[in-house]
Amino acid sequence: MDQFTLNLIVVGFTFAIYIGIAIWARAGSTAEFYAAGQGVNPILNGMATGADWMSAASFISMAGIIALAPVGGYTQSAFLMGWTGGYVLLALLLAPYLRKFGKFTVPEFVGDRFYSGGARLVAVICLIVISVTYVIGQMRGVGVTFSRFLEVSTDMGLYIGAAIVFAYAVLGGMKGITYTQVAQYVVLIIAYTIPAIFISLNLTGSFLPQLGLIGGYAPQGGDVAVLAKLDSLVTELGFTAYTADTNNMFNMILFTMSLMIGTAGLPHVIVRFFTVPRVADARSSAGWALVFIALLYTVAPAVGAMARLNLTTTFWPGAATGSAMSGPALSVAEIDSNPKLAWINTWKATGLLDFSDKNGDGFIQYFNEKALVTAANKALADAKKAVADSTDADKTALEAKVTEAQAAVDAALADPANGLGGKSLTELGFVGNELTKVDNDIMVLANPEIAALPGWVIALVAAGGLAAALSTAAGLLLAISSAVSHDLIKGSINPNISEKGELLAARISMGFAIAVATYLGLNPPGFAAQVVALAFGLAAATIFPVLMMGIFSKRINKEGAIAGMLAGLVFTAVYIFLYLGWFFIPGTNMYANTPANHFFGISPLSIGTIGAVVNFTVAYLVSMVTKAPPQHVVDLIESIRVPKGAGSAQAH
Amino acid sequence: MADKTSSSAYWAANVRVILISLVIWFVCSFGLGIILRPALKGISVGGADLGFWFAQNGSIYVFLVLIFVYAWRMNKLDKEYGVEE
Repeated sequence: MDQFTLNLIVVGFTFAIYIGIAIWARAGSTAEFYAAGQGVNPILNGMATGADWMSAASFISMAGIIALAPVGGYTQSAFLMGWTGGYVLLALLLAPYLRKFGKFTVPEFVGDRFYSGGARLVAVICLIVISVTYVIGQMRGVGVTFSRFLEVSTDMGLYIGAAIVFAYAVLGGMKGITYTQVAQYVVLIIAYTIPAIFISLNLTGSFLPQLGLIGGYAPQGGDVAVLAKLDSLVTELGFTAYTADTNNMFNMILFTMSLMIGTAGLPHVIVRFFTVPRVADARSSAGWALVFIALLYTVAPAVGAMARLNLTTTFWPGAATGSAMSGPALSVAEIDSNPKLAWINTWKATGLLDFSDKNGDGFIQYFNEKALVTAANKALADAKKAVADSTDADKTALEAKVTEAQAAVDAALADPANGLGGKSLTELGFVGNELTKVDNDIMVLANPEIAALPGWVIALVAAGGLAAALSTAAGLLLAISSAVSHDLIKGSINPNISEKGELLAARISMGFAIAVATYLGLNPPGFAAQVVALAFGLAAATIFPVLMMGIFSKRINKEGAIAGMLAGLVFTAVYIFLYLGWFFIPGTNMYANTPANHFFGISPLSIGTIGAVVNFTVAYLVSMVTKAPPQHVVDLIESIRVPKGAGSAQAH
Repeated sequence: MADKTSSSAYWAANVRVILISLVIWFVCSFGLGIILRPALKGISVGGADLGFWFAQNGSIYVFLVLIFVYAWRMNKLDKEYGVEE
């Protein structure tokens, strides 16, 4: 059986399970549609939260983001700490109190606690901006994953994904989504860990990738540690050491903090804790969520480091036992003939990996090409193109430029500063890095083939990637649709709507949200990578502070809350737009997005932390000069602070 | 609701548990993983240093234990003050 058929069977089987669960878990009431009847077991809720939280980016891209970062793998630890540490904040500061409050949505809490429809509306706006920007990336992820594994176009993949989500989200609401996510979690964690275990066994002899990361390198008898080996190889090839310190500690701290409080402020994550029966369950469910998330997040850095090591030793076969350049580089003939290396050409065909034998020696040299060399080569290519394109009879001037550019290239190649280990590239016989493209995603996607695992593991990785993308998209869509049907329609437009009418409205909003997300996924505004930063930054600067102040302060009033949210929103969005363009329209940015231009070295990715500080400060100052909240609000705050008297559990 | 004094004592105890937990949360991630890493370079853990390990794996384990200990402490506190569900 060929790989494609196997992929179809495994993916088809998992989809049948999801649809089956959807039919079994139909939502019969708004309580079931918005919060799964508040009767979900905390461990299952933890699993569902894990699937909801871990997107296609976590599953496919994160290991590569760590492994291939030009600044080294250590600096990218911000993602690992940030995306897990946020759950501590959720468990300690938000989840139990919001569960005690006992309603369905985040804006509803904001509206009641700050006794104001205006505050609720501002919260709805923040929620929709955050969730819509986040869901665009997920819909793209669904399309890309489908197209990679099922040989359909990205657009076609997006339609299939949208249809599947439509089936179980519209039918089952939160209840259907929750139980589907439990199944999706199981699929994605098995798909992630199996290749990781095999690679760890191969490279370190250790069964657990977490121990493999700090283990010894098996091909050299385990005397050299994996990380030490990796550091020595990548520095020999001119890259930054894998474990190198960050060059901007202040920014790394702010970035980590921004991801943590952003995580705790993401509406689709917060609502997960509305689904458990008791306050005590909300506390432990955050712990269970982190258990299931940590299973992937502690494996990811091991996958990253080991895949980078595998990549390096594949292209420098001598590196397995000595230094990288103790033997010749991998030859083109070997890539074409060795069945174990067939994955290189397979993934070359997808465009995720590319190589070209620039110096024509039949070998592929992989190393870090200095920017000067790249620039000189580009200038030469441009000059040659100008000659070829010119229609002038006299090309002497243009040809002189080619000669000049050629001299610049020769000088760059001859300069030992641009070479490796004190030797210039000319001495080494190199003209440039010949492994011209290695996409982040390849670190996870090609893993089963690199480790020579059977075809069903490859099919499982396909199903896992799809599960990760679909589950996150569904959770986000539910957060958007409940904000529309519960906070906008029932909350302000038509408060007298019947239970049945609201359930219908919720289903229609869900259908509408899926249509909008599909449209945006098909026509992304061209900033797919930046939107995630925006979503985290805004969640950190708006939702998290307003919820925290609502619970821990009796003095913050509606004027303070509204002013704080707006200040956090505007401040954060403007800072991001300054570097990435107004509303992300390319070319409208005021400053180039380079570290030298950042205020105090703070990148737009990290600004959410400062936005949160702005929110807290403005809310406090405005509250101090305006009237204290009325008595019924003080009573509400006192009641959410004690677990006693939470709504009784509804079993189903 | 329980009488005023006991419910405010419960809240004070709750906030104390939260503050202690937050200190641990901060130290294991921002502290050991980032700020103190250069100072702890001498302590090696399997080919890298303690700070690297805390940043990539260790802090996550501490977070996990921390949430469950917090949940257990709070459930105990709920019972002591008679405010459990």
